[in-house]
Amino acid sequence: MLRNNLSKAIGLTVLAIILVALPFALREYYVDVVTMLLINVILVVSFRLITTIGAWSLAHIPMMGAGAYATALMTGALGWPFWLTLPLAGLAAALIGLAMSYPLVRTKGFAFFVASFAAGDAMRLCWMRFKVPFGGHRGLTNIPFPEAIPIPGLRTIDFSDAIPYYFLALVVTVLCLLIMYRLDKSRIGDTLKAINSQDSLAMSVGINITQYKILAFVIGSFFAGIAGVLLAHRLWAVEPQQFGFGTTVYLLVWVVFGGTHTFAGPIIGVTVLTVLGELLDPFVEWVPMIYGAILILTLLFLPDGLEGLPRRLAWLGKVKISFEMRPGEIRQPVGLPGELREPSS
Amino acid sequence: MGILELSGLVKNFGSLVAVNNFDLSIDEGEMRGLIGPNGSGKTTVFNLITGFIRPTRGKVMWQGHDITNQSPDAIAKKGIARTFQLTTLFKDMTALQNLVIASHLHTETGLFQQFSRTARARKKKREIEERALCLLETMGIADVKDEIAGELPHGHQRALGIAIVLATEPRLLLLDEPVSGMNLTETRDTMDRIKMLRDRGITILLVEHDMRAVMHTCEKITAMNFGEKIAEGTPEEISGHEEVIEAYLGGRLDLCLTAS
Repeated sequence: MLRNNLSKAIGLTVLAIILVALPFALREYYVDVVTMLLINVILVVSFRLITTIGAWSLAHIPMMGAGAYATALMTGALGWPFWLTLPLAGLAAALIGLAMSYPLVRTKGFAFFVASFAAGDAMRLCWMRFKVPFGGHRGLTNIPFPEAIPIPGLRTIDFSDAIPYYFLALVVTVLCLLIMYRLDKSRIGDTLKAINSQDSLAMSVGINITQYKILAFVIGSFFAGIAGVLLAHRLWAVEPQQFGFGTTVYLLVWVVFGGTHTFAGPIIGVTVLTVLGELLDPFVEWVPMIYGAILILTLLFLPDGLEGLPRRLAWLGKVKISFEMRPGEIRQPVGLPGELREPSS
Repeated sequence: MGILELSGLVKNFGSLVAVNNFDLSIDEGEMRGLIGPNGSGKTTVFNLITGFIRPTRGKVMWQGHDITNQSPDAIAKKGIARTFQLTTLFKDMTALQNLVIASHLHTETGLFQQFSRTARARKKKREIEERALCLLETMGIADVKDEIAGELPHGHQRALGIAIVLATEPRLLLLDEPVSGMNLTETRDTMDRIKMLRDRGITILLVEHDMRAVMHTCEKITAMNFGEKIAEGTPEEISGHEEVIEAYLGGRLDLCLTAS
């Protein structure tokens, strides 16, 4: 236990040092890649939060778009400061999520899949259709940088540069992950998982499963919105095409590849695939095909994703049983209950 | 007037009449057996009482209030708990975690408090866990509290299933075949525990195929066939009742195996 905690603490410290040192060791292009990775980490972890109720939302990328459009409008048209719109745009996405969730959480499985896609895409079509205020196909441009923070006696921090923006994204990401991690480990998180594993039992112990599903969807949408804010202010522009089905497919591949059983699974998935994507940069036109192949191979051979790999390896070749039966033979296997079972992780 | 009153309950699934004009009155503190051949509508009656399905006609009255058409969680809040025919647990969680989740109703702390880490929230968490442990002890399975529910032996899983519904502190407990698949000792232990729950003042409605278990524990038995009540009375009356015998033994079991 103590040793476990210690190795965890050491691991986190090393990770923190790497994350702080990283932008100074990389070219500007790669600093932006890592910033995008951080944004996508918020995205996949909030997506996983919704999957804990057994719902794979195809509206998650449009929710990110909702946050991006909200901050673009609030900082642009209304002239509000970034530091205010960061939480407000998240709340805007959460509100849209709340409205959507009323019909959505009453559907299950495949119906949820289709309904969430329709709801998300309907919102996206609104951005395309209405030039005012969403700018139509071209979207919104000239999204201002976050206001610089002057530090007395030192220089001001200017967020138009890649490195300061990286640190801004890092701080926001760490905050978001802390909140979502606490939520996952809290009784709310356990209740959500319980609803997913046995919804009828959950109901019969008095859990209002509709309320909890709405809660998960709204919180997930909030954090998707936050990711959208970080995205919009780094790209200076938002357009509806960014939040289409193609992006959703990438999100699904990251999450399936990493696995959704653990908090770390989707983070590992998006990180590995982002690094892989950069390595494959020379073959950029092949990337969608490679992603497709990864998705299929993962589903076939790693149904629990990367996070299930150690367990699968441990299980491999541990127990072997063989016996033959002749026609007409009666044989009764005996043993204590539960004597033979898969070793738990 | 009983604590639970079903009157004129009808449930049709398409053209199939699963439950037909069913009346049932259960007194507080009673332990009632509900028997009948497979497909006679016993589980449908459970589903109708607990709000999992809505009746085509008829009424469910609980402590003098109409609870027909209410949602399962609302009915659970009013003090009616049920188990399921197949072992139904939160399989990926430990036995103790199962009970912490099931304690939901009696540990309502508000969402923020569940999330926060204040001293009060921690104290509350300890209280919930103590209560959960106590329930495991009641069902005699405290020693497996940290094991994953889905990996427990069958008998333990069934006991955990009952502990879960007890966590809601029910006044009426609906048990759907609590001893199916158990060996003799496990059956006796479980039935003793169920009797103990009755002695603590919980009203019990028991669906069970094990006739001996039902006859030995229930003072009064209701028998169903084809969705209708065919008899009601003491175990002696029921075991001598012609229609009940007919329902259980009427169709002769023919040996259709061809020797090869």
